[in-house]
Amino acid sequence: MHSLESYLYVSAVLFALGLFAVVTRRNGIAVLMGVELILNSANLNFLAFARFGGANFSGHIFALFVIIMAAAEAAVALAIVINIYKNFHSINVDEVSALRQ
Amino acid sequence: MADVAFWMIVVLTVASAVVVVHHDKLLYSAIALLFTFFGVAGLYIFLWADFLAAVQVVIYVGGILVLVIFGIMLTNKITTVNISHTSMQRGVSGLLIAGVLGSLGLMISKSPWLVQEAVVPTETVATIGRLLMMDYLLPFEVASLLLLGALIGAATLSRREE
Repeated sequence: MHSLESYLYVSAVLFALGLFAVVTRRNGIAVLMGVELILNSANLNFLAFARFGGANFSGHIFALFVIIMAAAEAAVALAIVINIYKNFHSINVDEVSALRQ
Repeated sequence: MADVAFWMIVVLTVASAVVVVHHDKLLYSAIALLFTFFGVAGLYIFLWADFLAAVQVVIYVGGILVLVIFGIMLTNKITTVNISHTSMQRGVSGLLIAGVLGSLGLMISKSPWLVQEAVVPTETVATIGRLLMMDYLLPFEVASLLLLGALIGAATLSRREE
């Protein structure tokens, strides 16, 4: 069967890609997608360690809480992005640098 | 057989994540994110986390991704078919993140991971439910408060001001 390391490598690649999206993307929603990739890679790590640490279910609980947090974060972040769009007519994160007009 | 399926899911996950990061059209990135989420759900099944895989599909694909697509639609003119978005400073950050990835890979390959043998758990949902109601009751309740706060906050933020 595949080892712990193979999951960790996949998770590291997902983390690096998410970080790349966060750093390089200009659109606020694309930055959010990068954050979702990073959270997914963290979850993959939690579940991999849960599976290879003797089927420990605490890792599942942690992954569940990460998913809950991601849902709350996506809702609030998109509300903020829509608000920014209403004020600045753009959601490019390099153009929107003021907290208010 | 399982190995072939595993590597196919890995390739699907990583390839669609690359599309998410690199594609110029925002909507294509969102659709590629769908495949990444499905791929990660498949990896969860390989990790004996069937309940988490179902939660991943329901919440990420059914909730967060729909929210993201709504966000794209609400922040762009619907008439512009090619909602494009560009990236900045790809070269420098690519090098930097290749460094991060390299050091992570080195760390993973060099660390002496302690793997504990285990048998396939017969019941996952019941165990998770028992843990949530006993060991993790307080975080569970706090999570409900967090969701309530996020609900009210999102509604307040996106409401039109009178």
